[in-house]
Parts: sequence; C-alpha cells; structure tokens
Amino acid sequence: MTTVALKPATMAQALTRALRDALAADPSVHVMGEDVGTLGGVFRVTDGLAKEFGEDRCTDTPLAEAGILGTAVGMAMYGLRPVVEMQFDAFAYPAFEQLASHVAKMRNRTRGKMPLPITVRIPYGGGIGGVEHHSDSSEAYYMATPGLHVVTPATVADAYGLLRAAIASDDPVVFLEPKRLYWSKDSWNPDDPPAVEPIGRAVVRRTGRSATLITYGPSVPVCLEAAEAARAEGWDLEVVDLRSLVPFDDETVCASVRRTGRAVVVHESNGFGGPGGEIAARITERCFHHLEAPVLRVAGFDVPYPPPMLERHHLPGVDRILDAVARLQWEAES
Amino acid sequence: MTVMEQRGAYRPSPPPAWQPRTDPAPLLPDAEPYRVLGTEAAAKADPELLRRLYGQLVLGRRYNTQATALTKQGRLAVYPSSTGQEACEVAAALALEDRDWLFPSYRDTLAAVARGVDPVQALTLLRGDWHTGYDPYEHRVAPLSTPLATQLPHAVGLAHAARLKGDDVVALAMVGDGGTSEGDFHEALNFAAVWQAPVVFLVQNNGFAISVPLAKQTAAPSLAHKAVGYGMPGRLVDGNDAAAVHEVLTDAVRHARAGGGPTLIEAVTYRIDAHTNADDATRYRGDAEVETWRAHDPVRLLERELTGRGLLDEDAVAAVREDAEAMAARLRERMNQDPALDPMDLFAHVYAEPTGQLREQQELLRAELAAEAEEGAAR
Ligand SMILES: Cc1ncc(C[n+]2csc(CCOP(=O)(O)OP(=O)(O)O)c2C)c(N)n1
Repeated sequence: MTTVALKPATMAQALTRALRDALAADPSVHVMGEDVGTLGGVFRVTDGLAKEFGEDRCTDTPLAEAGILGTAVGMAMYGLRPVVEMQFDAFAYPAFEQLASHVAKMRNRTRGKMPLPITVRIPYGGGIGGVEHHSDSSEAYYMATPGLHVVTPATVADAYGLLRAAIASDDPVVFLEPKRLYWSKDSWNPDDPPAVEPIGRAVVRRTGRSATLITYGPSVPVCLEAAEAARAEGWDLEVVDLRSLVPFDDETVCASVRRTGRAVVVHESNGFGGPGGEIAARITERCFHHLEAPVLRVAGFDVPYPPPMLERHHLPGVDRILDAVARLQWEAES
Repeated sequence: MTVMEQRGAYRPSPPPAWQPRTDPAPLLPDAEPYRVLGTEAAAKADPELLRRLYGQLVLGRRYNTQATALTKQGRLAVYPSSTGQEACEVAAALALEDRDWLFPSYRDTLAAVARGVDPVQALTLLRGDWHTGYDPYEHRVAPLSTPLATQLPHAVGLAHAARLKGDDVVALAMVGDGGTSEGDFHEALNFAAVWQAPVVFLVQNNGFAISVPLAKQTAAPSLAHKAVGYGMPGRLVDGNDAAAVHEVLTDAVRHARAGGGPTLIEAVTYRIDAHTNADDATRYRGDAEVETWRAHDPVRLLERELTGRGLLDEDAVAAVREDAEAMAARLRERMNQDPALDPMDLFAHVYAEPTGQLREQQELLRAELAAEAEEGAAR
C-alpha cells in the first residue's frame, strides 16, 4: 500500500501552485501585474514564478491597472492567456472600464470571433485589519457585468482547482481571492494537487435538515462555525458554498432549499444591491412553495467599508447569522 | 567635540549621480508639421504611390459622402464622418504590411475599409444590426472602438505579445485629439515605451472633440510633444498631406518593426463635417474656419500636385471618379437591403457556453418570438 504524503498548505500556496502548474503546462499563459515579479506579489502568491519562468512570463508591469488589463486584452487577442493580478479589490477600479467595455464584451461584439481568455485575480474582502481601500467586497459590480465569470474559493483545494479552471477557460474570469483565507491551512498531497473541476458548480459543505446557509468565499468558514454553534439551539444547518457567482448554480442551491425549506444568504458585501438580493430572488422564484419563511440576508452594512478597529461590527459573524436563523418563522413548525 | 566644531566638520556628501534616462532632444517633434506636397520633397516621392494614394482618397471621400447620405435615408443609425481626414485614414491602411494590425476608433471605418474590410461589414456597428460586423482576424483590424482611447492599450498588448512570440508584427493605433486626455492614452504610451513595443500611435488632431476645441483639451506645446515624457519620439505631420502622412507612418512602422520601439504621431487635420450627423456644429464654430480648411482639402492637395507634375491626366481623374461612383452605388444597393436579424443571436456569444440563466432567458425569448409569429399569422 502506498502512503499518501499529506502536507499542510495555505490557500496562498495553493494559488501559487496553480499558477506554476498553469505556466508549466501552457506556454501561452502569462502572469502580469504590480510587484508580481521580483517581489512575488504583496501577498506572495506569485512567489518564485519570475525566477522559474522568466520575466516575460511573470512580468512586473508599470503601475496602472487599466493599462495592465488593457494590454492583457491585446495579448489575449494575439493568442496569449494572460493572468492579471490586481493588487487589492479597491485598486482594481481603474481597470473597470477595460473590464466592462472590452473584456466582458469582446466575444459577444465579435460574434465569437475574438474570445478573451483572461483571468483577473483580485484579493478581496475584509477581516485583515486593512486600512481604507484595502477591504472592499466588489463582487456585485462584476456579477452585474454580463460576459464575465465570477468565482471565489473558500478552501485550499478549491483555490487550486478553480484557478486552474479559470486559466483554462476560454472566457474571462474574475477570480476573487478572499484575503483573510490566504493563510488558512489544509492538508493536501503536493505530488497530486486536487482535480480541476469546471467552473459553475456550488458544493454542499455541510449537510443539514433545518435550514440552508448560502454563502461563498470568506464567509464560508463563518457559516460553518455558525452551523456548529446552531446545534446547541437544536438547528441542523446545511451550508452551501457557491464557489461560482457567475454562472450561478441554481440547481444545487434550490435542491438544498427544497430539502430544508428555509434559507439565509450570507456575505460580506453590502446587502443593498448586493449578491444576496439576487440569490434570494432566485430562490423565491424557483422554490416558493417549499419555503417556510422569507429568504433572509446577512450582509455587510450599507456603509463604506469601516476602519479596521470597527470592522468586526460590519462583518457578518456567527451571532448575526444565528439571529437570522432564529427569525425563520420556526413558530409555524410547532 | 563641540556642536559648533561638529558643524564645521560637516561636509555634505555629493548626491548620488543623476543623469537623464534618455536624451530628450532627438525625441522632440519638428516645430512645423512635416509636409511633402508642394515642397521639394514631393519630387522624391514615388509617383506610383502618389497615384495610389490619390485613388484611395477619392474613393474614401465618396465613401464618406455616401455613408452620410445613408444616415439621412435612415439606413445608418449614425455616421461619424472622416471627411477632410481621408489622408490619415488611407495612409494608415497603406503604411501597414498584411501581417500588421490596425486598431481603429469609431471615426476610422474608412481606414478599416482601405485595409480590406468589407464596407458593409465595417458599417455594421453604425447600422446597428450588430456591434463588430467583421472578423477581426481576417484583415487584422480590431473592432472599431467607441470608448475613447481604450483601444490603445490593446494595440500595445498585441504588439508586445507578437514580439514575445518572435513575430515581426507592428500595431497601428488610431485616436482623436480629445482621446489624448483620457487615462488610457497615458497608460498605453507609457506601457509601450517601457516595453519598447512595436506600436505606432496616430493621433488625428481634427480640432474638436465633439464641440470642445483643442485649447480646452491640453496645454501641451503640441500633442506630439507628449511623446517626450514617455521617452518615445514624437512626430508632427500635416494630416491633409497624404504623401507626408504616409511617409511619416511608414518610417514609424519600419522603426517599430526593427525593434526601435513606439512612435507618437500627431497629424494636424480638420473635421469638415459635424461630429456625427446628429451634431450641430454651428453651435461651436464658424463657417469661415471651415472654409479655410476646405481650401487645404487632402484630395485637392494631392490632385494639384499630381496634375501639376503631369502625373495625372483628365482621363485618369475621370477613371478614379468612376470607380468611386461604382463603389458608392454598390454600397448604396447593399445598404438598402434590410439586414438579416436573428434575435436568438443575443445569447449566442455571451460565453463559450451559455449559462443556465441565459438558457432560461433564451427560452423566454423563443416563446415570445413564437407568439409574435402566431399573432402575425392570425392577423
Ligand atoms: C470614454 C468616453 N467618453 C466619452 C465618449 C463620448 N464621445 C464620443 S466621441 C467624443 C469626442 C472625441 O473626440 P476626439 O477624440 O477628438 O475624436 P474625434 O471624434 O474628433 O474623431 C466623445 C466625448 C466616449 N465615446 N468615450
């Protein structure tokens, strides 16, 4: 019997491994961004890649996000597969015009003649004590832009698998990396990294019968923790990790809600105009007759992201999630 | 040691050596726009090339008047005419090799057509039956870009990618004077210079950005001077002198292909028509100014040069005009046919594979279309 040597790895290391494997597997893959070369990125996700593959494959660009994404568009037009790093969520905004007007639309406007296989990696979300402009949850902007795929991992294995799938995709993918999970650990076999699943499937992280928590990215561990705590209250919560916001896996979400009859959507992003509204609407449209209570949302407040000393009040935590679960009209049961 | 003694002993160390990173002098544009027609340089120009440029200019002018007429007949939703700017449009197309790439703006359908794009397909965007009507890879013409200056970084990226792959491909990117104020202009030029990418930037300074004159757009000595700040050469050329524009562009393309890096070219020209057919230019400029520029018309400039030197006779002029009329007639005829529309195309190319959400919406539209057809049949 062969023993599989499992080793601990962080999400950041899994992402590095995914980039390295993609660079090695396909000469058209190019990594580019601010400080991604010599330094290895401010979160060290591109650590060692410039050394291993050369600066033409892992390039320190001038400091200009629109320019980075705009030149990546041209590179993709010529058959390359750029993987762009935006240094932080809020610093990706200068690139929004390129993203919305060209990256998202090029395949469509050229009737499929000019697809753009670009991956835009964006560290996002809060919880790391970052000062202003370092903690935005910007997923709603990208979700609202047809033509983009939007994915976000919550586990070490998914970080690897989803990033490989994003780079392999012939469509542009906004790859949102939950900053506060960069250092989260899991054990894996470095000789045999987890299989690459196609983008677009949610996964049930914890099965339960009482209600479903629907979440993604940085809020997945929080929901799992809430589900453990809920046992004391007699609730058996299911947790669905969406992994992909676009395409949206209605099937997995609805199957779960039909089973449990109750749902709470949890995310850091602001509630108003945020992903939760869309998700709640989709559930209501599809599973109305299975619902025992309105779909509730636990989201960040509708305020600009707070300063670090106040962010814990903003972020959805276990208590706020359990309070929402408590409001799911359990009285009707008895 | 006392404090005073210490002070006396203090000798400032010399600052670390500084020197300019490149000598700015050779990058500076000439004081005057470069001209060929009507100067001694014209004698050196290849008569064959001049005749070819002339033929293209006449075709281009006729194409512009025809497209403008099509807006009045409701066959085009809008047309940003390049009347008066044909020398730039045509020279841009002719300065490139087949393997090179052109990155046009919405005003540059003529450049796309001069490069070989089917004229009806080039007008798809402006007719409104789709966005890009041609396959960009067929003639290596990127989609006409409407968001100002956003096409410039694409040209840089493509040129950079070609160089990484070892192909000696040059990208020519076109932008208006107003577009030079956009951040993407700055970022594209900076990337191009840092990467020494084989790109040529052609700014058509036609005096206006819709209604806003250049004086409100920039305080730079000229748009060509902006090149110096990026470390690339800037060239200033008379944009109505087809021979001059062609020469300056050809030089820049050759320079880029040889590994010399990017060039910024400002072609000084004038937008004879309003911004588009939907614009009223009398609100912001006088007829006298337009008349001055009409006297410096690119077609007449070249025609005068050629006839004056006996390189073009009346028969040749008549033949060129006949070609242009035939082109216009064909274009008219084709544009007068209603384009075939398939509403289901809306969903066909959003992603490589439609998402579940799109498939649902596809079904909704299919049902609506079926109901419409049924209603139509019943009526
Ligand atoms: C990013 C962006 N902002 C505004 C517009 C609206 N707009 C279209 S054309 C135009 C003027 C552009 O002037 P210029 O760059 O000089 O080119 P020209 O139209 O004269 O060829 C404006 C403001 C646009 N297309 N894109």
